[in-house]
Amino acid sequence: MLEVRGLQAGYGHSQVLFDVALEVRAGEVVTLLGRNGMGKTTTVRAIMGLNPPRGGAIGFRGAALAGLPPEAIARRGIGLVPEGRQVFPTLSVRENLVATAANRTGQAEPWTLERIYALFPRLRERAGQSARTLSGGEQQMLAIGRALMTNPHLLILDEATEGLAPVIRAEIWATLASLKQRGQAILVIDKNLTALGRLADRHYVLEKGRTVWSGDGVALARDAERVRNWIGV
Amino acid sequence: MRDRLLLGLALLLAIALPWLAEAAGSPATVSLATRMAIYAIAAASLNLVLGYGGLVSFGHAAYFGLGGYAVGILYAHWRSEELLLGLIPGSIGLLPTLGAAMLLGGASAAVLGALSLRTRGVQFIMITLAFAQMLFFLFVSLKAYGGDDGLSIRRRGEFPGLDLRAPAQLYWLCLGLLVGWLLLLWRVTRSRFGQVLAGARQSERRMAALGVSVYPYRLVAFVISGMGTALAGGLMANALRFVSPDMMHWAKSGELMIMVILGGLGTLLGPVLGAIALVGLENWLSAWTEHWQFILGPILLAVVLFGRGGLMALLRRVLPA
Repeated sequence: MLEVRGLQAGYGHSQVLFDVALEVRAGEVVTLLGRNGMGKTTTVRAIMGLNPPRGGAIGFRGAALAGLPPEAIARRGIGLVPEGRQVFPTLSVRENLVATAANRTGQAEPWTLERIYALFPRLRERAGQSARTLSGGEQQMLAIGRALMTNPHLLILDEATEGLAPVIRAEIWATLASLKQRGQAILVIDKNLTALGRLADRHYVLEKGRTVWSGDGVALARDAERVRNWIGV
Repeated sequence: MRDRLLLGLALLLAIALPWLAEAAGSPATVSLATRMAIYAIAAASLNLVLGYGGLVSFGHAAYFGLGGYAVGILYAHWRSEELLLGLIPGSIGLLPTLGAAMLLGGASAAVLGALSLRTRGVQFIMITLAFAQMLFFLFVSLKAYGGDDGLSIRRRGEFPGLDLRAPAQLYWLCLGLLVGWLLLLWRVTRSRFGQVLAGARQSERRMAALGVSVYPYRLVAFVISGMGTALAGGLMANALRFVSPDMMHWAKSGELMIMVILGGLGTLLGPVLGAIALVGLENWLSAWTEHWQFILGPILLAVVLFGRGGLMALLRRVLPA
């Protein structure tokens, strides 16, 4: 579904990505691991067109993405849950979910408010509240719900559990597991190996802007020592 | 509930104003209130792009003036019985003239907005100002329609059952249109369209990452705003029975912005309060001293500095939701 090869990107004069490769197939959960500053978020930004790539290829469902503006990339069916949550603070929870909702991917069973509320019952309780009054965890749920309401083929979560309480983390992992069961393809960027190890089909490790390791859960268990060195936990 | 009651009461008072003014023996109050209602329509329209959309348009006087000139020019052709551009007959009908004002305002906002909205921040402020100044000088040099001296309109718009020569009827017309326009804006800002507009103000990139291109939303808001402002201009031409390039002067754009900011950005009724306050202050202070602007300045400064959120926020402090 998503295929990234030889990706290069950077900001101004400094190059951050030198050779990133990863692949997400339909229905898979894939993780992108690495220490801070190794290029995880830059990779996501390059895929989304927020930070146009300088080299390499990004293919999504058989078409090249490089050079398209961010809204066109999102319209092809990539839903981003950005780092730092970034909900629309003055809109209510319900408005955040509805404002950008669409079914451009033509899903037979599109996400509805009702289904999002069933997934995150807390959001139903807070439906009329303005998003800025939500706790960090609730904002994260809202950001995930908002991305799902665009009915994406691929969901990308950038540091989805960063700075959240363990209980809330567990709740979000459980949600991702149930999304996976429904066949949702997900690319997760996180540092929590234990939770992700069980959930994900494949892992990629970034080191200084290059993909240095990739493999499935079995390979991860075998190479645990090396991987832990790279991601520093 | 209490808010609705107060709002209903305020509306009743506004409707009864001509009778109250007559009882108090100050008929001039009606024409003052008419000006307030007209500016309130213009300010509420500007608020859609400035307050909800976060787009600082410094050229809204252009649409105000275009609306006024639509009425003025149609009157001039009605009087001379010459076709405008050899095609359009003149008119003093209220519906065709105000309709033409809104059409002209909307069409110009579509063209100028399509160009200006490709810029951001200070460039956007400057380009909207520049377009308004171009129109200002165009009308200054249009000698056929009075140029600098403006254009007198001897007859107010005609509509079966209405006699706009009566100040009270003109006032009720403006009040009715204000209420109707506010209801429309209320619907627009609460729709999905309004939510995207507000979201785009908070972060354009965030909107893009969710697959929404903000440009068409902003352009539509700009066109609606231009139409409302032109409607206000058309009403002003009827009220003053006169149009001149002064209606398009950049100071007028500034005045509209002051009304919105003074009343409360991004609130439905803020611009109405702002228009009432600014027109009222101008009126009363200038009756009191010719250096009224010297007093008005500090008052505006105080409201903006200490009453964050403008008059609407001050009102909310007195009457908590």
